Amino acid sequence: MTPEATGWRASLRDAISDLTPGAAICVLFLIFVAVVGLFASWIAPYDEGTILTNESFLPASSEMWLGSDYLGRDVLSRLIFGVRVTLFLAVIITMLSFTAGVGFGFAAAAFGGNVDMIVSRFNDAMLSFPALMLALIVINALGSSFAVLIITIAFIDMTRVFRVARALAVNIMVLDYVEAAVVRGEGKSWIIWHEVLPNTLTPLAAEFGIRFTYAILFVSALSFLGLGVQPPQSDLGVMVRENMQSILYGEYTAIYPALGIAAIAISMNVFVDWMLQRSSAKLPDEI
Amino acid sequence: MSLLEILAKRLIIGVATLLFVSVLVFAGTEILPGDVAHAILGQGATPELVAQIRDRLGLNDPLHVRYFVWLTNFVQGELGTSLANGADIIVEIERRGRNTAILAVTTAVIAVPLAVTLGLVAATRPGGIIDRIITSISLALISFPDFLVAVVLVTVFAIKLQWLPAIASIRPSYEFADWVRVLILPVTALSFTILAHMVRMTRSAVLSVLSSPAIEMAILKGVPRRRLLLRHALPNAFGPIINVVALNLAYLISGVVVIETLFNFPGLGRFMVEAVTNRDVPIVQACAMIFCSIYVLLNMAADILSIIANPRVRYKK
Repeated sequence: MTPEATGWRASLRDAISDLTPGAAICVLFLIFVAVVGLFASWIAPYDEGTILTNESFLPASSEMWLGSDYLGRDVLSRLIFGVRVTLFLAVIITMLSFTAGVGFGFAAAAFGGNVDMIVSRFNDAMLSFPALMLALIVINALGSSFAVLIITIAFIDMTRVFRVARALAVNIMVLDYVEAAVVRGEGKSWIIWHEVLPNTLTPLAAEFGIRFTYAILFVSALSFLGLGVQPPQSDLGVMVRENMQSILYGEYTAIYPALGIAAIAISMNVFVDWMLQRSSAKLPDEI
Repeated sequence: MSLLEILAKRLIIGVATLLFVSVLVFAGTEILPGDVAHAILGQGATPELVAQIRDRLGLNDPLHVRYFVWLTNFVQGELGTSLANGADIIVEIERRGRNTAILAVTTAVIAVPLAVTLGLVAATRPGGIIDRIITSISLALISFPDFLVAVVLVTVFAIKLQWLPAIASIRPSYEFADWVRVLILPVTALSFTILAHMVRMTRSAVLSVLSSPAIEMAILKGVPRRRLLLRHALPNAFGPIINVVALNLAYLISGVVVIETLFNFPGLGRFMVEAVTNRDVPIVQACAMIFCSIYVLLNMAADILSIIANPRVRYKK
């Protein structure tokens, strides 16, 4: 075993032993949800598209644990597949927005001067747009598809990540060890990679969690409006939309997916909160 | 820089932002594919007809000419006609805009003071039992999708208890009491979507003011807690709190769109969603411009207020 591996394992063990009960439950739940999403086709009792009964909004039974949806499909199976789509979109969106946002943010901080000014001004201008409006305009023009959703929301998220990443990096760039590296003759990319990145990992990880939650809520809202994921694909937001009438019949079919979204988002937020408190790191966005 | 210079600079930035927003709305709705002529003609689009319509709508003019024509018309309130039914958009916008304004302003009037108070209360004793309750509830609430609270409220109060209507339709004959009945559920749901963020941000704004040297001085002087908070901390936190409120109006805009759709409320948000679904470009343009301009103007107003509220700027010669 290399010393690096032991260090990594030791810090993971430390982190686990530091988990508060609340944070531990949330982490376990997130792992559970990820497993459900990954292995949806093995876990789900039925296929998501199969119409099993003629009756809409059947109450829960031993065959259909959460009853049937408006078309008579199994709600539990659809939830399981919906979780997969929601998570898939949120993960891709957050990874894209992070790569771009952190890249631009660090570059702006490292180069400073006019580069920083131009990129930051452009970013400010994009932030003057309410996020939902930007998404609606793009969807109006291009229609809604996975690609459009991913790129649009990742772009919107990128502007937020940029601000955080830049602010974090600006604080590091003025420290003595960076100056020492500059004097040594290290290049910008070396400094970003070896000095800035390792020292911003915790707040960036927290920001990743926040952006991930935001992506889930944003995709769900668009899907709920009928402008996100399009049938026959469905995510949790689509499920809420499809089953809105269930409420009128006094059934809870529309509430399950809405609660699912909330549970994932709460778990992530509690975990992020714990992470920030443990490292006493602060996100620059917090006033 | 004097106060006037700062304000003038902020105004210029505001106008520039508005122009940028208009360029983006125009670009996003006119230049991207989905040609208007084809949209109007639908299935019956022959090349000649398309050419005719393009000519009549001025779609063959250069882009910058089209942009200026569009912007001038927009500023004069000529928003064009709907592609779907040919109706004059401005009429519908006025009617629905009034409904949305009533919904949004009522929500803001209720949610903003409530959120600021809760944030302040939480910040008085950080880590205390009240603070922990407020922060954990608000952490849960910011994780809720916009529609969750509304769906639960409708299930409980409209379906199970049957106290209030599940659908917020508006009739011209509505009296004040009818409006109240119709608005209670949407306003409550909408308040929840903006409340949590505002509480959390107010709390951290006040906490950061409380950790400043001036407050430490006041504590050492023996200023009583209540006076410390209201006379020393609050005036200094005023600027940040205004910014918090303005920031959260963004949530109000997306909240309005979701809540109006959910309650079938005849407002601008639902109008826009329907227009996007039908690809009714002029309506999308008009609604996007209205929502974005309101957002930009509110942010500008908030900045100007916090500039004026900042004593360091105000008393500068």
